[in-house]
Amino acid sequence: MILLAEHFVRAPQWLWYILFYFFLAGLAAGSYVLATILRVAGGPRDEPAARLGYYIALPATLLCPILLTADLGVSWSRFWHMLIDTTPGETGLNFKYWSPMSVGVWALLVFGFFVAVSALDTWARDRQGRANGLLGAGGGRIFNIVGSVIGLFVLSYTGVLLSVSNQPVWSDTWALGGLFLASGLSGAAALITLLVRYRPEASFSLERLRLADGYFAILELALLVAFFATVAIAGSAGRTLTWLPLWILVLVGIGASMLGVRRPARLQASGESVAVAPVAMEATVVSILVLLAVLAMRAAVIFSAQ
Amino acid sequence: MAPTIKAGESYGFFTDTSICIGCKACEVACKEWNQLEGNSPNFLDSFDNTGQLDAQNWRHVKMLDQVPDQSITSGNGTAWLLMSDVCKHCKHASCMEVCPTGAIIRTEFDTVFIQQDVCNGCRNCIAACPYSVIGMNQQTGTAHKCTLCYDRLQAGKQPACAQACPTQSIQFGPLADLQKAADVRLEALHTQGVTQAQLYGRDDKVYGGLNAFFLLMDKPETYGLPNAENAGLPSRNNIGGYLGALVTGVVAVVAGLVAFRRRGAA
Repeated sequence: MILLAEHFVRAPQWLWYILFYFFLAGLAAGSYVLATILRVAGGPRDEPAARLGYYIALPATLLCPILLTADLGVSWSRFWHMLIDTTPGETGLNFKYWSPMSVGVWALLVFGFFVAVSALDTWARDRQGRANGLLGAGGGRIFNIVGSVIGLFVLSYTGVLLSVSNQPVWSDTWALGGLFLASGLSGAAALITLLVRYRPEASFSLERLRLADGYFAILELALLVAFFATVAIAGSAGRTLTWLPLWILVLVGIGASMLGVRRPARLQASGESVAVAPVAMEATVVSILVLLAVLAMRAAVIFSAQ
Repeated sequence: MAPTIKAGESYGFFTDTSICIGCKACEVACKEWNQLEGNSPNFLDSFDNTGQLDAQNWRHVKMLDQVPDQSITSGNGTAWLLMSDVCKHCKHASCMEVCPTGAIIRTEFDTVFIQQDVCNGCRNCIAACPYSVIGMNQQTGTAHKCTLCYDRLQAGKQPACAQACPTQSIQFGPLADLQKAADVRLEALHTQGVTQAQLYGRDDKVYGGLNAFFLLMDKPETYGLPNAENAGLPSRNNIGGYLGALVTGVVAVVAGLVAFRRRGAA
């Protein structure tokens, strides 16, 4: 372990495009993974919420390569150089397992395929009444699980990518991959909760979405402690604490999520209870806070080194 | 007299900072040959108005003011540390390690080179270079740095900066010859009582050895160079990062399964 690491490196100026890419990749992959967990562990009445998750993943995933390409210095004509090496005499596919950016590009491409097929499959279930979708019950489930494994990679590699550098803060910790993963899942649970209003039958799963969000928040808090401990040991804590307001927002989001573990919202579609309106209001506020915290955490990490 | 330059051999720079006079002829020669416009001059604290290595500055004479504010007796200050900084052409190059496009290659002269027609401007190399060498060229949208005058080497000429240096602070040649010359110079300085003189990047302790290595008159950190303890490759963080993510992923999935496990309960 390096004590008081010294850095003489220049910042790469990965700013707004990358921030929103990290945000959307977390929500897209988080939604996909949550949808699969809902489908695997939940019952038939959890299916609407699972479908919501697969739908959310599609637009969020489609925006990712657009943001990444826009951030490149030579954007639209050379984004594909990430995939294909155009070096004269060395032409071939680019894949460096030791460079998370290289692995991540492929993972995003493959994940995009899984997301697109799953969204189509969900649409077939919804509109054509095919209960088992395009791939059949067993095939569909295996497809979802494989897609979720890639989704878990997409959730976390962005944090590892930052660490695999020589930047202060980023390269001083091992916790970013896990931190991004836990926060992405938490954000996805919040986003599904927020969008249940457009699919009321999915409200059956709300209580347990809230519970899952709480678990993810506990995990996130543990990783946040690990992050600050490792960064402090390396002597870079001061750099990241300059973004204290963002970290406070992160803690507020985590706190809001954790309340769900102690007191899950009673929000099932069990009739016209008078209590539903204020509870729905609370769920909306919590979800928005959590999503803001997901964005704030990525912003605080990205800006800490720059 | 420039050596005969052959493909397949290792070439580099030995920059002896003890005889640098801060004339910046290297900076000018580099810009002239490589057609670098340069940035607008900055009026900094010292005689340095270049500031840093970047897309427009591939040689930069660092001027570290070590003159005491109040001189008690004449000549007691260590005055200035001068160092013509450049891309180190590391044997284990952080920039090359992370580059996702394959734009950064080792040439037939064992130097590190960014292919301008392959680079797409992702800036991963900038995040990785521990020496803050690489900069983005806003006109081309690609990453730029010292090429060790790749075009001149191909034509059998030594790099422009080495040719222009009036004190031979910058020496170019086959790496093995430069290393021998550096050992002789260090020995001579130590014999003269200049015990603070030290070689940086001559051995493999820093990034497997540097093709552009230095004789320094103080510890590396004073010049803004990471010492051997701090010189880590980006890939050192792969295992820890992925392992942390893997453990988190497993715990999170289990947590999710536990949260959603109540099958079909109404």
